[in-house]
Amino acid sequence: MNTLPLEFEKPIVELERKLEDLKRHLHGQEVNADPEVRRIAERIDKTRQHIYRNLTAWQRVQIARHQARPYSLDYLRLAFRDFIELHGDRLFSDDKAMPGGLATIGEFKCVVIAHQKGREVKENVRRNFGSAHPEGYRKALRLMRMAEKFGLPVVSFIDTPGAYPGVGAEERHVSESIAVNLREMMILKTPTVAVVIGEGGSGGALGIGVSDRVLILENAYYSVISPEGAAAILWKHRQHAAEAAEAMKLGARELQEFGMVDEIIPEPLGGAHHDHEASARALQEAVLKHLRELRAVPADELVAKRYAKFRRFGAFEGGKAI
Amino acid sequence: MSFFEKPSFIGGGKKKQIPNGLFVKCPGCGELVHNLELQENQHVCPNCEHHFAFGARERLAHLLDPESFVETDTDLRPVDVLGFQGAAAYKERLQKYQQKTGLVDSVVSGLGKLDGREVSIAIMDFEFLGGSMGSVAGEKITRAIERATARQLPVIVISASGGARLYEGMFSLMQMAKTSGALALHSQARLPYISILTNPTTGGVTASFATLGDVILAEPKAMIGFAGPRVIRETTLQDLPPGFQTAEFLESHGLVDIIVSRKKLRETLISLLAYLCCATPQSV
Repeated sequence: MNTLPLEFEKPIVELERKLEDLKRHLHGQEVNADPEVRRIAERIDKTRQHIYRNLTAWQRVQIARHQARPYSLDYLRLAFRDFIELHGDRLFSDDKAMPGGLATIGEFKCVVIAHQKGREVKENVRRNFGSAHPEGYRKALRLMRMAEKFGLPVVSFIDTPGAYPGVGAEERHVSESIAVNLREMMILKTPTVAVVIGEGGSGGALGIGVSDRVLILENAYYSVISPEGAAAILWKHRQHAAEAAEAMKLGARELQEFGMVDEIIPEPLGGAHHDHEASARALQEAVLKHLRELRAVPADELVAKRYAKFRRFGAFEGGKAI
Repeated sequence: MSFFEKPSFIGGGKKKQIPNGLFVKCPGCGELVHNLELQENQHVCPNCEHHFAFGARERLAHLLDPESFVETDTDLRPVDVLGFQGAAAYKERLQKYQQKTGLVDSVVSGLGKLDGREVSIAIMDFEFLGGSMGSVAGEKITRAIERATARQLPVIVISASGGARLYEGMFSLMQMAKTSGALALHSQARLPYISILTNPTTGGVTASFATLGDVILAEPKAMIGFAGPRVIRETTLQDLPPGFQTAEFLESHGLVDIIVSRKKLRETLISLLAYLCCATPQSV
């Protein structure tokens, strides 16, 4: 996997290059015994720890958007088996930015819906950079209703910069397609688990995220608007994106404090893109844990608890019930 | 340097000064309209039917049976939950708009009557921080819906909003789920919900309760959409079709049931509720 370094990773890369040079110089000798080699190796380790343990909100956003980060279909391949993709919303078209279908994880047969980005230009165009149209949300709802009908749990993967802001999306009412999902997911009579694996971009993310359990990867973010969007509106310039990311408290830890995510799935040091397999194992373990907990809960109770959970979100003064 | 500089009255001769805000230039027809005339006409231009912005309280006074409105949840107050320090601090913005509008937040809600029929109602006011939906707006709308469900009443929400309130981050986003979820329960109880879209209704409000009405009404020429036109143009590098994201556009594209002039709104609601409330006990 090509893992192009991010700007803040440059100190690590520089040290690694230094080490390589030195090793080449020393070739044939006992490389690992060389004190200079050991010194640089230690420094790399320290620098790496220092950088990755102190990531800013904006640095995490960059990791969440990394081209080499595992996407939904990677997790479907690594953490699930027997995926059968089902296409189309039965109304207009099949949205490639939102694949979905049947898949098995551990002992659970389930319905999976997911945002999907592409890695190369061609694939990214086909996937519309992970920005779904109304067709995607309507397909997702169709599959969720199928899940309810056949007693299958729903696992959704959230990874989108946002629902697509385009003419066609507006003409076919992308807002309504999201709104209907919010309403219907709230009363879906089957267990639902959502995982924010990369970008949780606003309403486009929430449109498949009104779930019994919401999990998030350590470096993923979930926000009411992209940092660039917030910067453009509140700071009048996109270059303030880093400040906006900080101010909006969009990281996994903050969201857990707010009660909006139920569990943080750990990533390998430096981000999920450094080790797809390890990330998929962690994700599989977490999803299975929650599916097992939800399996025993009667459907009516699931719905009541789901409503109670989302009902709580809000920060205000006063307002005792009348 | 312009040859035709605007004459400045500031500090100038008093006799030439036009009392502030006596006339308004109508953006629809360009005519000068007297403020009092506008007020009497529910802020609709008497020449061209242009619908001006309409404050929540003033709208209520025209819409409901006289003296029937009882405001609820008046003690809900917004808080700066994120400690938002940006280009502007959220706390300062709140204070500014509270002073400017006399409102505590962007939604006024309560119980009232329409031709004797009790309804639960929530109205957004665009003047308060662009009608943005934060925790208080979401909570008030949710309570209005829940109150309707508990009392077996229809619920009416009149939207005017730029979308989510960014200063409250994810708390704002979650109001979308909360309000829409409350509507699910209201709908399951087979109670009517009428959503009225006014200029403008966009973003997270459009993508939640505003587009979930059993009947969706819109004021003429109201701008209604998910993403803003500038964002769409910049993202797609595409020209926008004529009339894009207007109420008329959305009616022809199948989202809006009826475009209703503000002056006909009351009678339209009364007629609609007479049909939709058949199954509920309070209609005799």
